[in-house]
Amino acid sequence: MKSRYNKSIRYLNYNGMKEITDNLGSMVAKLIIVLFFMIIAGPLIWMVVSSFKSSNEIFSNIWGLPGQWLFTNYVEAWNTGISKYFINSVFVTVCTIILTLIICSLYAYSITIFDFKGKKCFFILALCGMMFSPIVSMIPLYQEVQVLGLYNRRIALILIYSAYQMSLSFLLIQSFFKSIDKAYLDAAKIDGCNNLITLIYIFIPMSKPIFVTSAVLTGFYSWNEFSFALIFVKDSALKTIPSGLLAFQGEMHAEWGVLLAGLVISAVPIIMFFVFAQKYFIAGISAGGVKG
Amino acid sequence: MLKKKIAPYLYIIPGLLILLIFVYYPIFRNIEYSFLKWDLFSGTKKFVKFTNYLSLFRSDEFGVAFKNNILYIIISFIFQVGISVIFASILENMKYKKLSTLFRTTFFLPSLISLTIIGLLFTFIYKTDGLLNSILEVMHLGDFTKGWLGDEKTAIFSIIAVSQWKSTGYTMMLFIVAIQKIPTEINEAAKIDGATRLKTFLHITIPLIKDMIKISTIITISGGLLVFNEIFIMTNGGPYGSSEVLSTIMYKNAFVHGNIGYASAIANVILLLSFVFSALQFITKESDN
Repeated sequence: MKSRYNKSIRYLNYNGMKEITDNLGSMVAKLIIVLFFMIIAGPLIWMVVSSFKSSNEIFSNIWGLPGQWLFTNYVEAWNTGISKYFINSVFVTVCTIILTLIICSLYAYSITIFDFKGKKCFFILALCGMMFSPIVSMIPLYQEVQVLGLYNRRIALILIYSAYQMSLSFLLIQSFFKSIDKAYLDAAKIDGCNNLITLIYIFIPMSKPIFVTSAVLTGFYSWNEFSFALIFVKDSALKTIPSGLLAFQGEMHAEWGVLLAGLVISAVPIIMFFVFAQKYFIAGISAGGVKG
Repeated sequence: MLKKKIAPYLYIIPGLLILLIFVYYPIFRNIEYSFLKWDLFSGTKKFVKFTNYLSLFRSDEFGVAFKNNILYIIISFIFQVGISVIFASILENMKYKKLSTLFRTTFFLPSLISLTIIGLLFTFIYKTDGLLNSILEVMHLGDFTKGWLGDEKTAIFSIIAVSQWKSTGYTMMLFIVAIQKIPTEINEAAKIDGATRLKTFLHITIPLIKDMIKISTIITISGGLLVFNEIFIMTNGGPYGSSEVLSTIMYKNAFVHGNIGYASAIANVILLLSFVFSALQFITKESDN
């Protein structure tokens, strides 16, 4: 670190114009940031404001506040279909999180505490899952889901989401388990605990933060996943929010205000979720280098 | 004794099964499918060797789709690596911490929201009588108004723009985390030595967050290669196939035309390209540890 700094500093020299250019530069920088802020926030604010307007007003009065705040848009969106997509999304997300955490903690525990034939191979197998993108396997998975009788069932999504989220959670959990002092394991053994009990009562409680991080990342993925949800679940009553919204758009025809209200309802939970789990989420994305 | 021997395997079995069935097995099936002429609807299958690949590389749709993926990658790289690292550094240098937190959180918000929501929102914004055109009119740029997604020349760029809108804040957050790990003494020392902000950025910040830049580059590239959702939602490849990418022509050939073998060949091309980048990502991550 030190030597790198010394090397860097050689490039730096003082000149009289420095103060002026620095100030000018930071002015321009701030302006650009503010402009970018408007570009990002604008559409979001527009979405929320317009979701209270009638269909006509959205286009005739594109800038202003609604003449009359139509809270009924929200009621209608919720009743027309968003509620069932919402429930399906919650169901799929919660099940995916639970399944992923269970299979990953068992897998990681075995790799951490046991010595067995092929251990290294199983370790690599779990990790390399990360290299394969789900979209590439769409066609064979479609066939497989049909053959296994999972087509048009939410369990198909749960299993597939868990499969593709497993590698990342495994990596996080295993590297945490590795750091746990083996003395706990011996102590538990002396007290007569078997391995499974030790996992449940010692390893898992000690790794709480990493479990929360894994849960947050897995939840984020399954809440927003679109392509499998689109292809594997055809029945509108079983769709999750991302694929359901497309069906909802079709049903709404020209009820733009209601559609926008539906979009807002769908966006709010994940934002709330982020507000509460921000710390874990950011820790997770910067450790995992993943993208939603 | 036997119990001891099989115990480790019992723990890994559930995860292993799920991985093998849903992650690894499909990869091999894909390769097999790509050598078949297989009609999904009639169910006829025939072994045709490399015909699917040959006709793919000769087709016009492949050329357009591949070009669009490359465009996606280049523009995403400029925004999600180049501009985003600059923004991250500006935000970290801001004196008013509250303001910079507000900016940072707002920039990050779109990356949390599902692409369906964002896609549908922007189809509104891009409409002929939508928000974007009305902004242009206010700015006296009325000549430029159009249905952005309905025009062959602008459709793909409009979608790429949405992608930048969504993801620039994401990589920016990664860079901010990396910048915060730089010891403050280093920046302070540079200041005392009279370094301008620009020079501090170029010669101190950038070299010290090199690893994060590498990781972001790789996720941005593979993101551009695998892009599907926003295109499917906003234009479905149209108008006249002008905004097709590899994954959308794969989807169409498989699930609309029922041409499974040919679609699998496309999938394998995507897989091969993405595999190279994921392997890079994997190697970088391992070397970090």
